[in-house]
Amino acid sequence: MALTSAEVLHIARLARIALRDADVERFTAQLSGILDHFAALAAVDTEGVEPTAHPLPLSNVMRDDLVAPSLSQAEALANAPQAEDGYIRVRAVLE
Amino acid sequence: MTAIATKYETVIGLEVHCQLITRSKMFCSCSADYSGAEPNTHVCPVCLGMPGVLPVINERAIEYITMTGLALNCEISEFSKFDRKNYPYPDLMKGYQISQYDLPVCHDGWLEIEVDDERRRIGIERVHMEEDTARLLHRTDAVTGEGYSLIDVNRSGTPLMEIVSRPDMRTPAEAREYLVRLRQILRYIGVSDANMEEGNFRCDANISLRPVGAERLGTKVEIKNMNSFRAVHDAIAFEEIRQARMLDAGERIVQETRGWVDERGETVSQRTKEEANDYRYFPEPDLPPLKLSRAFAEAVRAKLPELPAAKKERFLALRLSEHEATALTEDRERAAYFEGVSAALGLEPQRSAKLAANWVLGEVARWLNAGQKEIVDFPLGPEQLAGLARLVEDGKVTPNVGKDVFEKMVTNGMDAAAIVEAEGLAQISGEDDLVEAVRRAIAANQKAVDDYRAGKDASIKFLVGQVMRETRGRANAQVVQGLLERELQEND
Ligand SMILES: [Zn+2]
Repeated sequence: MALTSAEVLHIARLARIALRDADVERFTAQLSGILDHFAALAAVDTEGVEPTAHPLPLSNVMRDDLVAPSLSQAEALANAPQAEDGYIRVRAVLE
Repeated sequence: MTAIATKYETVIGLEVHCQLITRSKMFCSCSADYSGAEPNTHVCPVCLGMPGVLPVINERAIEYITMTGLALNCEISEFSKFDRKNYPYPDLMKGYQISQYDLPVCHDGWLEIEVDDERRRIGIERVHMEEDTARLLHRTDAVTGEGYSLIDVNRSGTPLMEIVSRPDMRTPAEAREYLVRLRQILRYIGVSDANMEEGNFRCDANISLRPVGAERLGTKVEIKNMNSFRAVHDAIAFEEIRQARMLDAGERIVQETRGWVDERGETVSQRTKEEANDYRYFPEPDLPPLKLSRAFAEAVRAKLPELPAAKKERFLALRLSEHEATALTEDRERAAYFEGVSAALGLEPQRSAKLAANWVLGEVARWLNAGQKEIVDFPLGPEQLAGLARLVEDGKVTPNVGKDVFEKMVTNGMDAAAIVEAEGLAQISGEDDLVEAVRRAIAANQKAVDDYRAGKDASIKFLVGQVMRETRGRANAQVVQGLLERELQEND
């Protein structure tokens, strides 16, 4: 299945990845190859087969509604690129 | 609005996001009660979205959403799963939100509303479980003048329930009524505070217009940023006129998201909604699916309290008026208080109900309104209020003295009988005990006596009032009037 370069640019934008023109060409070929692999899977007759929601034979794995201690504010902010007044600071969010 | 109503039909659907009042968060054990907390103090690797962590479902949240679904007459899915909704935004710590795409916990229910004496069922398409996002604050750098954002992760991962209605509402008033009834149910069953001003009950509206009689839906516009029921009403009312004018002018409605600007009373375009499937939903690999059996749903149903609609029907069956039944079932606490008073009165059920309703919607409501208080703040227990109501009902004290005793009770917390006893406020009904006071009133008010004899019947009310004053309101007014009439005739 051949992707267009416009589709690759769109996917890149959703993933927040900046691509050079040469990259677009390379990834268009590579991603198309990956989709071809899925096309092989899609060819299998799945008529009457229940979709798999989860690979493990588990269900209803739940915990009691109990509170456990959280991290301290200092620990929570330790990996933040920037912090201010106890908050994580980031670049302006554009609407 | 009438001009619109004759030409176009307004079609409204509402999406409500509602925080559940669990103790811990949806997928981790951080406390979900973060109100008033310092920023980023209710967080852990899971809700911060650190790599490699694993979410675990909060069982109480599943119980609460099931309660909600049942209260909204939904089917509970025997098989349900979580999905990842992908979108990059700084309030989303993992870059995706754990939500439910095609198999929500609850689906296909309804909620009954009543507007202008007309009852209608509004369809509930689905109720699904997801997690709330972090909170963003927007600031401007004092030096550079550039804008930036601050993130508080405390809210991230708290259980959020989305309730999606079918596009079954036709007027702004119906939309508001739907929200009022929905909030009432959520509070009755105790799953959410459902407070719009505090942000734990949020509503987005989808609205479109179509020519009256047409079946096909028009292009819909989504409205956001409405922070009160009134705002929802006003935003929809604004939007139906805006869209009608566009259609009248032959313009095309653009499918878009618009924000309600409360100060200006209008909606403004936020961004066009292109490519709706960009969320790239896929099954959440970290969470096994939910299998909610019939038996589980029935066990949850058994725990549901009586719902407001059923309660109202029961109150109406006790011969209470529509207004009384509606007002008494407004919140669960008020209904419980009313029922407590009614039970404590111990009269024939309809009479107990009527009497209790009179006091709860009369003196009690007045006292609460004056102090801007809720029924839970009311200092008298139901038995205490019933004690006072019985004293008045049985004629032990006059209605006016009853009101004074009420005031004393809410101040000092004493029982009505003790106050009446201590202050000698019992009603005086014996003719022998009143005849002297009646004669004194006649002797002291010659003009009123003359007026009465000249045919001014109203003058006798004045004389009754004089006797009441002398007896500090304790005299039985009917006995006094009878005595006055007799004395005035005898001395003719
Ligand atoms: Zn956490």
